[in-house]
Amino acid sequence: MSLLKSREALLALAILLLIGVVAARFPAFVRPANLANVLNDTSPLIILAIGQMIVILTKCIDLSVAANLALCGMVAALMNGAGVPLPLILMGVVALGAGLGAVNGVLVWKLGIPSIVVTLGTMTIFRGTIFLITDGKWVNAHQMSDGFKALPRTVLLGLPVMSWMAIALIILFTVVLTRTALGRSFYAVGGNPHAAVYAGINVGRTQFSAFVISGALAGLAGYLWVARYAVAYVDIAGGFELDVVAACVIGGVAIAGGAGTVAGAVLGALFLGVIKNALPVVGISPFWQMAISGAAIVLAVTFNATQARAPGRIILKSAEAR
Amino acid sequence: MNPVLSLRGISKSFPGVKALSEVQLDLYAGQVTALIGENGAGKSTIVKVLTGVYQPDAGNITIDGAEVHFPTAQAASKAGVTAIHQETVLFDELTVAENIWLGHAPRTRFGLIDRRAMRDGALRLLEGIGATLNPDLRLRDLGIASKHLVAIARALSIDARVVIMDEPTAALSYKEIHELYELVEKLKAQGKAILFISHKFDEIFRIADRYTVFRDGQFVGQGDMGDVSENDLVQMMVGRSVDQIFPARHRNIGAPVLTVAGYSHPTEFADIGFTLHRGEILGFYGLVGAGRSEVMQSLFGITKPSKGATRIDDQVRVIRSTSEAIAAGIVYVPEDRGKQGAVKGLPIFQNVTLPSLSRTSRAGFLRLAEEFKLARDYTGRLDLRAASLDQDVGLLSGGNQQKVVIAKWLATQPRVIILDEPTKGIDIGSKAAVHEFMAELAAQGLAVIMVSSEIPEILGMSDRVIVMREGRIVDEVAGDRMTPETLVRAAAGLAVAA
Repeated sequence: MSLLKSREALLALAILLLIGVVAARFPAFVRPANLANVLNDTSPLIILAIGQMIVILTKCIDLSVAANLALCGMVAALMNGAGVPLPLILMGVVALGAGLGAVNGVLVWKLGIPSIVVTLGTMTIFRGTIFLITDGKWVNAHQMSDGFKALPRTVLLGLPVMSWMAIALIILFTVVLTRTALGRSFYAVGGNPHAAVYAGINVGRTQFSAFVISGALAGLAGYLWVARYAVAYVDIAGGFELDVVAACVIGGVAIAGGAGTVAGAVLGALFLGVIKNALPVVGISPFWQMAISGAAIVLAVTFNATQARAPGRIILKSAEAR
Repeated sequence: MNPVLSLRGISKSFPGVKALSEVQLDLYAGQVTALIGENGAGKSTIVKVLTGVYQPDAGNITIDGAEVHFPTAQAASKAGVTAIHQETVLFDELTVAENIWLGHAPRTRFGLIDRRAMRDGALRLLEGIGATLNPDLRLRDLGIASKHLVAIARALSIDARVVIMDEPTAALSYKEIHELYELVEKLKAQGKAILFISHKFDEIFRIADRYTVFRDGQFVGQGDMGDVSENDLVQMMVGRSVDQIFPARHRNIGAPVLTVAGYSHPTEFADIGFTLHRGEILGFYGLVGAGRSEVMQSLFGITKPSKGATRIDDQVRVIRSTSEAIAAGIVYVPEDRGKQGAVKGLPIFQNVTLPSLSRTSRAGFLRLAEEFKLARDYTGRLDLRAASLDQDVGLLSGGNQQKVVIAKWLATQPRVIILDEPTKGIDIGSKAAVHEFMAELAAQGLAVIMVSSEIPEILGMSDRVIVMREGRIVDEVAGDRMTPETLVRAAAGLAVAA
């Protein structure tokens, strides 16, 4: 436990260091308004990373999150076009996202198909569905109502609503994972599926729940994304699922399942967010930006692998005394 | 006739255990030598010494009178000693020919693998043992008996002179066993010296020419099969001085708790029926693969029975999942702690409370203080040695991990606890602690089922013993009939001694 905590502390330190280095040359970067902007910019990534982290905890992976986001975002835009009130839209996208996640979950649970294959398939199906319901047409800013576009940007107590939503979800899922039986079962299922069965936990159903959560969060993020950028089309958030997985991995979530925290995933997302926002300020090209994110992933995984290495069996009597 | 291979004065110790103590063994060309002994007699250890996996602490190995050393498994196979294991170590995704030649495949002059020579060689070897298998088939498409043939062909591909068969029939069907006997005859005819390890007396008397008996890591005797009777062998196997001390028990057996009747599974067991009482320890004895664990896993809701009923306190209870079993008051402490017991990566206290989370939470929220209290209560009763309950369970020793797993089940406050090989692989000190605790549980009125393959443990702890063989209950012994001989004979399928 203390090991995990220190891992997150290290990551937080790395983020502060990064901000410090940038601030040394561009003091404007550390102005509260700019930092708030970075947080807000990273919010969709944070929301998706929380869901992904739960899925990865159960030894699965959800590659369909970005496509889920795009489909739910498009449906939100179309509902808005049809005059559906905003609260209903919000409930609708969360339900739709959860439903899409449930499709993944059922395939993993009932048919026992590896999640990477299931979600690779549904990822393409979800994108294809957007094309089918829109014929590839875009929904642009002028086709969206003002209220629809305004919600994520409305500033409350100095932060936009989108940031507040991310913060609320961080708190909610920290509580779910540390203080509920469901949260504990995510860890048990990923840590040792056989032992979990013997402890009376239904492994498949737990994985199903993880996919539903991930889907619901993707659905919500879909609305936030479309409303904030005021555009919806087939390819929004293309390839974003890889950023989401990267955030988890950087945040110390074990890809083999059973280990990880909400705080880790959030810090991983923030790390990527700070790099993405800081490098253009410093004047480093976007190509370097990708290389640096990549290097961070490799470093994080190497760090986790060396930390997690088992100390070996104690066979020598002399070693036990130590 | 001189033996092909001889072992003299072989000793091997592990921390806390003397696995072999100055044992001897002789294997002759064209003869089958049966190695007989109970679990823990040292049979597996001697196989590992012979195949270069373990180095003996003392003693020597000679082949044709010349002393040899096997520092590695490769050295042993080069000297012509090969083993066919219980679980065949082969590769499912490779073809028959590739499996036979893996590691020593014939090469072309360019140093590439000579596929044709490999295929032809495989055919030749398979024909030699009377097997008609297509060498191009993938192994996963073969049945277990055919896989054995491949393993044997592989053994012959290195020109083995000594073939070790470690319980080769344990996983085979009746027909496959007879095919294996024929194969053993063929190998004998080719002049191989065969070491045949088995628990089954019928097959030992059928195919072995000679016997060697080990007991508790010591050599007891050897000779020709023609000169001994079943009774002699059983005596040699079990004639022990009981040096283990079991806790004294106040037997206070109460009302029936669990009644099982006509319990059957399509492939694993049939017609299982017994009654378990409060305060009783019921032993389940049998050979490995007799179906004991399978029955227990089914009672615990992991597999579904095809027929039969379970009653708890005279009420019929249908158990379809492990959570229903736990709710009904049945818990199962599995044999394989690493795989089925502890969740490594989770701290001790979370491992203990895992099946009891409904009791440690209020309004859907877990209460850490109550979790710690529960974990402290039950690990304390088991005398768990750990720096803190926050510690990762994976860092504990085997004995302490076992205590965490048992504490986890006790914390559910069960009525029936099933312990599957509760002391397998743990040191003597922890064993005594587990035994004492088991006696204490029974004294508190819990009904205990203990599955064990260790005769001293079964006899020392149980009030009654059920013996299973090939998926069925073959005997139930209590009182004066609880002797090592009775158990060994029943489990091996021999007639009950007069």
